[in-house]
Amino acid sequence: MNSALTRSLRRELLLAARRRGELANPLLFFVMVAALVPLGISPQASVLAELAPGMIWVMALLATLLSLEPLFAEDYRDGTLDQLLLAPAGMVFVILGKMLAHWLVTGLPLTLIAPLLAVLLALPAAGWLPLLLGLLVGTLALSMIGAMGAALTVSLQRSGVLLTLIVMPLYVPVIIFGSAVVQRAIEGFSWLAPLALLGSISLLALALCPLVVVGALRLTASD
Amino acid sequence: MAWQWFHQWGSPRWFYQRSGVWLPWLGGAAGLLLAIGLVWGLALAPADFKQGNSYRIIYLHVPASFLALAGYYLMAIAGAIGLVWKIKLAYTAMKCAATIGAALTFVALFTGAVWGKPTWGTYWVWDARITSMLVLLFLYFGVIALYQAFDRVDVANKAAALLALVGTVNVPIIYKSVDWWYTLHQPASLKLTGESTLHASMLQPLLVMVVGFYLFYAAALLLSMRAEVIARESGGGWVKALAAGQGGGQQL
Amino acid sequence: MHPLAAHSFPPLDSALLAFDAVSCERGGRSIFSLLSFELFGAAALQVQGDNGAGKTSLLRIAAGLLAPSGGRVLSRGEPVDSDRYRFGSELLYLGHHAAIKANLTAVENLQYTIDGRHRFELAAIFAALAAVGLAGYEDLPCRTFSAGQRRRVALALLLLSDARLWLLDEPFTAIDRGGVAMIEQLMAGHLGRGGAIVLTSHQPVSLAGLRTLNLTSGADDE
Repeated sequence: MNSALTRSLRRELLLAARRRGELANPLLFFVMVAALVPLGISPQASVLAELAPGMIWVMALLATLLSLEPLFAEDYRDGTLDQLLLAPAGMVFVILGKMLAHWLVTGLPLTLIAPLLAVLLALPAAGWLPLLLGLLVGTLALSMIGAMGAALTVSLQRSGVLLTLIVMPLYVPVIIFGSAVVQRAIEGFSWLAPLALLGSISLLALALCPLVVVGALRLTASD
Repeated sequence: MAWQWFHQWGSPRWFYQRSGVWLPWLGGAAGLLLAIGLVWGLALAPADFKQGNSYRIIYLHVPASFLALAGYYLMAIAGAIGLVWKIKLAYTAMKCAATIGAALTFVALFTGAVWGKPTWGTYWVWDARITSMLVLLFLYFGVIALYQAFDRVDVANKAAALLALVGTVNVPIIYKSVDWWYTLHQPASLKLTGESTLHASMLQPLLVMVVGFYLFYAAALLLSMRAEVIARESGGGWVKALAAGQGGGQQL
Repeated sequence: MHPLAAHSFPPLDSALLAFDAVSCERGGRSIFSLLSFELFGAAALQVQGDNGAGKTSLLRIAAGLLAPSGGRVLSRGEPVDSDRYRFGSELLYLGHHAAIKANLTAVENLQYTIDGRHRFELAAIFAALAAVGLAGYEDLPCRTFSAGQRRRVALALLLLSDARLWLLDEPFTAIDRGGVAMIEQLMAGHLGRGGAIVLTSHQPVSLAGLRTLNLTSGADDE
């Protein structure tokens, strides 16, 4: 079982390494949208600082959504998904490997690049560490929950917008607790409670989402 | 016994005939209760000492909000029954519940906005309950959009059922998180247990309206399910016989 | 050199694959109905039919990827979904799409198979690739391959896998004449060891003991 997970992870990371160019796209999106905020609203640091926690989280969410569509669709088109569904055992671990690989190549880089956005959007220094920790934990939930949408829409042509529609409401708790972590830190309150809640959402998603994804892939693969 | 019960529910024809018998009773009772509730609530109940007459919108807003949420769970349970026991009629119920639920959620939001204008001076406030209701509407839209995206009905049924089930796990989390996020609204004024802040003379018509809405919901669900069943089974012999005026006609 | 040349499958006491009155429906339209056949070891079945006759659907039903609208699919006397682990480990399904990742090399494609079921020695992979005529192409990304070459990478699995039941959807697509002879030889060897094959193909296949199943007539004319 465990070896199914590690083998799947290695395979996905190898595949990701072969198309490095595509990997940068969500990150570029993340940074470019951040550059639009001051242009659209105001370059004043005080205004930006107030918006920054929520803005950074919303942009991380959108960047994740953009990266979700090919998660299973590519495998569906080239027949890999059939082989996956025929795997005698441990399919859920293979799927979990794919989902973790998605987080490693999108969520984790988004977290690491977030300090740059914090500078661009004049986030107060007190919010930096909470932002990083929150993104580190929260983007895992974004990948897991998003994978369910990707699996449900895998057999559809042009599934991008629909995928976004069905996943976005499910992201509500993540974004609430995620930006609350930063906001409370800036206001000088303890930010451990929302971080713990965010962590429990991620753990719950980590445990349940792969099962839903397996079920969704089984039923949509017959389409 | 139980098996036979399931078997009957699996038969569209049986459902069509039975629901034809129930529908007039349900519809009549719903109409009666709604009429009583509306006259009582809008005309006879006393005006609120703070909000005046504008509070009367709760006679639509509260029952619609109740059903919007209950309807989501009904939709998900119907989907689960379809997934587990492979009953097509359950999927039909799920599909119809999604449309009706979305409509009721919209009614709840709309009446909330209308109520908000005289009460807070603005149509839209980002308060916990309104926001939750908005997210619920998005969840409904997601299920409906996913259903319509598939060409094949059986895949559409299963995919939408799965999404609805995922939603049921999320709905409490969303509600709690939105609650946590911001509580600016007055506390929930109607509780099943504990003391109500509404005066009894205002509460009684509200309860009549709630029961009336539930019955109306059941009637609307049956009616749209019947339309769906007829459309889906239009190739079947019994529908053709029905169209020709034989069989089933006397039950209507 | 065949990695498993010495290996021979034990005798069977019930059918490796059996269709029991299987029907298939797609989008409310009946594709085929009440199809029954049994496949024991050392037997091959070629499914024939026009486009849209349901050849691929039949193979997907046999593999358990598609649920039949009626009837049962059995393996060794049990429904295939009752013990997916055993059935899956006996099965090699090569679908319409070759499941070959363009960004991986030929060796990597066989080394990191998606299902985690197969784990092959590097030497065996090189030998298999040489046997399907890809010697010298082992470390090139499959993106640079022709359609036929990609197909051959997938076909190398026939040499590597120890599955007893092969389900092959159009294995000759994009394969040249020499390749066809090679695949036929592989299939003959598999039958000789007691394996079973179901394949779809538009072209005639020369294989001793091959039965055909014609989907247009809807009957099993063995």
